[in-house]
Amino acid sequence: MSVNGTAQDHDVEARTLLVQYLRESCGLTGTKIGCDTSSCGACTVLLDGESVKSCTMLAAQADGAAVTTIEGLAQGEQWHPVQTAFHENHGLQCGYCTAGMVLAAVSLLDEIPNPTERDVRLGLEGNLCRCTGYHNIVKSVLAAAETMRAAK
Amino acid sequence: MIPATFDYVRAGTAAEAISLIGEHGEDAKFLAGGMSLLPLMKLRLATPSVLVDVGRLRDLSYVRDEGNHLAIGALTRHRDLETSDLLARECGVLRAVAAQVGDNQVRHRGTIGGSVAHGDPASDLPAALLALDATFVVQGPGGARSVAANDFFEGFLETALAPDELLTEIQVRKSGASGFAYEKFNRRAQDWAIVGAVAARVNGGTHVALVNMGPTPLRARAVETALTQGASAADAAREAAVGTEPPADLNASPEYRAHLAQVLVRRALEAI
Ligand SMILES: Cc1cc2nc3c(=O)[nH]c(=O)nc-3n(C[C@H](O)[C@H](O)[C@H](O)COP(=O)(O)OP(=O)(O)OC[C@H]3O[C@@H](n4cnc5c(N)ncnc54)[C@H](O)[C@@H]3O)c2cc1C
Ligand code: FES
Ligand code: FES
Repeated sequence: MSVNGTAQDHDVEARTLLVQYLRESCGLTGTKIGCDTSSCGACTVLLDGESVKSCTMLAAQADGAAVTTIEGLAQGEQWHPVQTAFHENHGLQCGYCTAGMVLAAVSLLDEIPNPTERDVRLGLEGNLCRCTGYHNIVKSVLAAAETMRAAK
Repeated sequence: MIPATFDYVRAGTAAEAISLIGEHGEDAKFLAGGMSLLPLMKLRLATPSVLVDVGRLRDLSYVRDEGNHLAIGALTRHRDLETSDLLARECGVLRAVAAQVGDNQVRHRGTIGGSVAHGDPASDLPAALLALDATFVVQGPGGARSVAANDFFEGFLETALAPDELLTEIQVRKSGASGFAYEKFNRRAQDWAIVGAVAARVNGGTHVALVNMGPTPLRARAVETALTQGASAADAAREAAVGTEPPADLNASPEYRAHLAQVLVRRALEAI
């Protein structure tokens, strides 16, 4: 599979989960494991551009696909607009949920470029944050949407 | 949590998937989106020895207009249903219900065929398909057969599918862009319904189906009969729990579920 644009080729057991593959075989520990039961979204990555929970997918299912993790989102030194918006709007506190939150937001903004606040809240339904109370996360995503629209 | 060991094989065609399952016997299972099966395997509540991955059978992912009905490939993801213009025009209820399954990440992976084959009474789409009098096309080693939704759901996580049969297509009558409602009651984000009620105008009648009111998805026949006899939405909805066996769990007692069913059916009927 391709991970952040780099070909990755490892022989792993069939039962290896995508999140384990990314963290242990590829050494990309930006993807977090929160609940390990498909609930919290901390493990969210992009699979061919769409958000998925990597704790609930086999690495083998992603064979041949393009995976993007938080490490692959910035273009060199240039952060992705969603990353910048989280930074500027205090969209994080401890940061544990953030990688998943940012990637879920990138996927959401790809599907709904001009979201309402309600679209954002529903669109991030699969991502839990224990710190922020979500308010600044929603603000960050709306701000990123505006930047990304302006850049088009 | 890591699943118990198993062998993984990927099928290139439906026929290959069926023969692979046949070769590996009772302990083999199809893997579609994995959104129901993998959580069970991680908890080791399911321990198949072989997984036959049908997730790449893109030719089983479609929504097609077949004249008097729509045909939906079993590997069509919830996301594809939710964004289908054809479905919006010809069977709005299915699109609206698909949009309420889990969260975005789940809808990017989970398939309608997986939802149906899993046979969980708490799932959203099976109840909608029951309300629509859907037909399921199933392929086995000996050929294809069709099963009516009404005969398909046999018990808790039990369906009419034999272990070596692949669900390939779901057929629904056209029911239009409007004239439906789905009332899903839950208390946490992305969760299954504690109770859900689908109401839809189908073929001149009003069909009502219930989520999580028994071991299988159920048609609320008593409500439908009351409606055909001219009862108001409020009066018909009082019959919503008739013949149901609502489960007891952390979220709700059977009595509470029976009450919810009546309230949700009334709301759904009043909305259509
Ligand atoms: C966090 C989370 C929240 C969820 N919330 C909801 C919800 O609110 N409502 C809801 O309805 N569902 C919910 N789900 C379940 C989701 O809808 C699943 O996508 C769906 O139930 C299963 O589809 P799948 O393609 O993932 O099937 P899989 O998990 O791959 O398979 C499920 C079962 O069906 C069998 N199977 C799959 N496809 C076929 C086929 N074509 N022929 C024969 N057998 C087959 C498999 O062998 C397996 O036994 C949720 C799941 C998660 C992880
Ligand atoms: S770790 Fe995957 S959803 Fe929580
Ligand atoms: S910032 Fe701590 S969990 Fe979200």
